[in-house]
Amino acid sequence: MCGIFGVMDKRRQMMDGSGIRQALSMMNERGSGEGAGYAAYGIYPEYQDCYALHVFFDNACDGKAVVDAMLEEWGTIEHDEVIPTYDQPNLRATCTTPWRYFFVPDPSLAPGSASPERDVITSLVMRINANVDGAQVVSSGKNVGVFKASGWPEDVANFYRIEDYEGYLWLAHNQYTTSNPGRWEKPDPFNLHDWSVVENGKITSYGTNRRYIESFGYTCSLETDSELITYVIDLLVRQHGLDIDLAIRALSPPFWEDIDLMPEAEADLNRALRLAYGSATMNGPYTVLAANPDMMVGFTDRGKLRPMVVGECGDRLYVASEEAAIRAMEPGVESITMPAAGEPVIGRVAP
Amino acid sequence: MTKSLTIDAKGMHYTPLNRQIREAVANGVREVTVNGVLGQRFIGSGLQGDATITIHGVPGGDLAMFMSGPTIIVHGNADHAPGNTMDSGKVVIHGSAGDAVAHSMRGGKIFIRGNIGYRGGIHMKQYEEKRPILVVGGAAQTFLGEYMAGGLLIVLDLDETMHACGIGSGIHGGEIIIRGDVDDASLAAGAKKVPLTDEDRKRIAPVIREFAGDFGLDPEPLLNADYTRIVPASARPFAGKYTWE
Repeated sequence: MCGIFGVMDKRRQMMDGSGIRQALSMMNERGSGEGAGYAAYGIYPEYQDCYALHVFFDNACDGKAVVDAMLEEWGTIEHDEVIPTYDQPNLRATCTTPWRYFFVPDPSLAPGSASPERDVITSLVMRINANVDGAQVVSSGKNVGVFKASGWPEDVANFYRIEDYEGYLWLAHNQYTTSNPGRWEKPDPFNLHDWSVVENGKITSYGTNRRYIESFGYTCSLETDSELITYVIDLLVRQHGLDIDLAIRALSPPFWEDIDLMPEAEADLNRALRLAYGSATMNGPYTVLAANPDMMVGFTDRGKLRPMVVGECGDRLYVASEEAAIRAMEPGVESITMPAAGEPVIGRVAP
Repeated sequence: MTKSLTIDAKGMHYTPLNRQIREAVANGVREVTVNGVLGQRFIGSGLQGDATITIHGVPGGDLAMFMSGPTIIVHGNADHAPGNTMDSGKVVIHGSAGDAVAHSMRGGKIFIRGNIGYRGGIHMKQYEEKRPILVVGGAAQTFLGEYMAGGLLIVLDLDETMHACGIGSGIHGGEIIIRGDVDDASLAAGAKKVPLTDEDRKRIAPVIREFAGDFGLDPEPLLNADYTRIVPASARPFAGKYTWE
């Protein structure tokens, strides 16, 4: 059991983090006070052409010198600084320093790639997270950042003063920790350049899915579901060119007996997806909320073992574990629905 | 004279809210109105006695869990598992509710005007005079009556939007009555359709009249409608699946 929340403004109207903080804290009962986090798109307009790398440095190691050298080898650091934080007595103690780099990767280092900058970023995130002691990249996209720590949602929000950030798309997560409490990089969200993910649930097919994604060169160092899901979505959407609705159908496909009842062309497409992406299919109970700069998507497992409530109000799309979280931010919400299992909710930002 | 109490629950945590309701009912208050409810869990949980709690807003999960006796009226939607293991009394929800409505309910009545989520009536049960009743005005979702062991579950599907499948998965007691026809493919293994007899119709008539009365609906079309009755195919539908003998 975890609490997840997402809001997107289709016209990129900015929302500061205070409403998101309030919404997430409505679902405190869904967490255990050991992890919470926020991801926001649109927060770094002054560096919007740079990839913003949020990195957690363990003060006991000298990871920063190694990361600095790697970034300078693979591109240009336009600016870097400590992420401002404000001590909260109730956060679980750590010796972590959250740092941010505004980085321009050198596209000539990924020749032949259709998206060379993202390939460089992907490669850097894999190398740093797997190999550099005391350094974990928790987000790495343009104009986006992940803010998380071990504690209750309000304490984490206050630690970063989340209300000082303004974004047009936010994801938030209140974790019910089942393993490794205390490590600040563990809670959701996780982000890799475009995509950010929060999840309520547990992917029981984690091992199969991990072996699949690692065969394409991704390395799952954090060993969290959100890290895995982020990589699988990046593979299917960016590298394989699937539309997001097909990618979700690959992750959370209809049951074989339901495919048999579909019209022939639709059944053929679904059979092909299941056969091609059988090892990417996620089992277990989950609700996943994912976002990139242009969209927010939510979907549940096929057996619907986790809740997902969708709210709409004007240009705003909300997805949450509980209706109360949506109403905390949008008391006059115009529509509340609970989509069927496996049926994705896809909201797109106006171009 | 009926003693009454009004509580403004805006921003209040569920613990002091529930304590206040319990103390009031224990002190003889018969009418409690709670305004500004948003997400507070466990409202009326374990509450005993003869009182009516009227809720304005959207309560959180496990509304009326273990409740024994009181009536709760919600002017809004409810979250997951209202009536979880409820013992007796009545819950009337004027909106919709989330997953696992009436989870393990063992007595009393739950009336919901709108829709319910997945696994409605999961493991409802009955014993001697205890026979829980869940009536849904709108649509129910998949795994309706999952592992149902007793009680009566009626879905009126007033807006005709129901697409549930896996109905009665693991049902081994009780009955599910759905207005209109139900496709055989929507039934789970272990559940079977039987005709609604005149005796069945007489038996559910007072329940339907009470539901219609609570929500200001005309009961006559509902009393005369066609229904599908779904019951267990056997008392031990999975005897050969999980056990060897």
